[in-house]
Amino acid sequence: MPIIDAVLDDFFWRALIGGLGVALVAGPLGCFVVWRRMAYFGDTLAHSALLGIALSFLISVPLNVGVIITCVVLAIALVLFSRSRTLATDTLLGILAHSALAIGLVTLSFMPDVRVDLTGLLFGDLLAMSRNDLLWIYGGAAVILVLLATLWRGLLMSTIHEELARVEGIPVERLRLVLMLMFSLVIAVAMKIVGVLLITALLIIPAATARRLAHSPEHMTLLAMVFGFVAVGGGLSLSWHLDTPAGPSVVVTAFSVFLLIYGSARPARS
Amino acid sequence: MTEPLVTLDQLTVAFDGRPIVDRVSLTLHRGDIITVIGPNGAGKTTLIKAILGIQKVTSGSVTLADRLTVGYVPQHLNLETTLPLSVQRFMSLSGRSLQECQAALDKTGVGHLMGASIHHLSGGERQRLLLARALARKPDFLVLDEPAQGVDINGQAALYDLIRQLRDDLHCGVIMISHDLHLVMAATDKVICLNQHVCCSGYPADISHDPAFIETFGQPVADSLAVYHHHHNHHHDLHGDVVDAGRHPDHKECGHAHH
Repeated sequence: MPIIDAVLDDFFWRALIGGLGVALVAGPLGCFVVWRRMAYFGDTLAHSALLGIALSFLISVPLNVGVIITCVVLAIALVLFSRSRTLATDTLLGILAHSALAIGLVTLSFMPDVRVDLTGLLFGDLLAMSRNDLLWIYGGAAVILVLLATLWRGLLMSTIHEELARVEGIPVERLRLVLMLMFSLVIAVAMKIVGVLLITALLIIPAATARRLAHSPEHMTLLAMVFGFVAVGGGLSLSWHLDTPAGPSVVVTAFSVFLLIYGSARPARS
Repeated sequence: MTEPLVTLDQLTVAFDGRPIVDRVSLTLHRGDIITVIGPNGAGKTTLIKAILGIQKVTSGSVTLADRLTVGYVPQHLNLETTLPLSVQRFMSLSGRSLQECQAALDKTGVGHLMGASIHHLSGGERQRLLLARALARKPDFLVLDEPAQGVDINGQAALYDLIRQLRDDLHCGVIMISHDLHLVMAATDKVICLNQHVCCSGYPADISHDPAFIETFGQPVADSLAVYHHHHNHHHDLHGDVVDAGRHPDHKECGHAHH
């Protein structure tokens, strides 16, 4: 269809459509990050995405696939490590986050033939969104939304009280794994827009903003989506008009909305 | 005799090789209420977590009857304030209908809180909410970890009465941990004194029938305190380990000899 083609031929529209797709899933997943206190965990996964990119070049697989696999492996490793309790979880996360980032950067520097736009990967790039990326984003978003909808009660219950959920027969461990997979997927597709270093911000700022107004978990996820849309729309427009980097512009917009809501709105009664 | 709901056979849970629950055996039938008492660190919570299947068992076995609906009232309900949650939503997450949820809340005396935020409840209200949550599931087997925590004195008596009444209504089996001996004794079939191993177990009535005991202390105190006045045939050191256990290698039932 010519209209759709015209829209998709424009890099700004591609970035905007892609960004809105990311916000669609970053909202609900961000709520889980906030509820489960996984902000640092999300950061660690996101940092490992760069390692995933380096590995993708090494074994020549598509970038998204490499990133997803690396994130999943790291997520599982984290869960296993944190059970042994020899190190505090935040220490462990700190070690893995920065080591994964550093190993990724070092590995990339060993591959002089590979031309990667490092700034784009770290902070997002308005120009980088291809039609193929859009397919990944909306495919990934569809998978995540279907999973969230079908597993909602179990996910919510195991977030509220893990032991109670377990006694009631909810497969807590399996759900945790599914949640990790969803995080890995969203990181792989959000990387292009906001960059590796700022993905966590797109997850938690809209969710935290939504908390102020929400009166139920479902309400909070919907509001988080809306605030995500505002952040992406505003941020990308800012980037286009003022030629600012895409990721930071999105985060600055999200933060402005956060300040506005917390400054003006009375907290919801729940 | 019907098939037991729960059977423990030599159940042992050890952390780093040190047994926290040591060779505990018991059976629970429908209509039974078993109260687990014992000092801090005696492994009470670990024992019930093992029964519930949320704590790995080191050796021995826990056998639950087929298709058992379990109601669990955990010790704490620590909630993230970042998660907006009303009492109604929390109850409905049990998967039961609104009417069943409302009925359960009414039964535990917090029916008026249906619309309240869960974050604004007092400690006692939270305990009643947790009990209502367990009730809404119509359990065959109810497990309570210090259910009267944070409940005021009058409320405590009412709560234990309620638990007994629920046992009659639902014809379920109950295992609970409690420190409120005075109140629990009347509502309990069987008391287990746990200190890693089962120090003693028995029926409060048996103990309180001892005439010398009643004469000395009076019936009410005998009812509640008898169980603490048993003679150990072994001693515990500061870690709760059994000293001089060699004399009585099998000390699961140490009897209730009294002065």
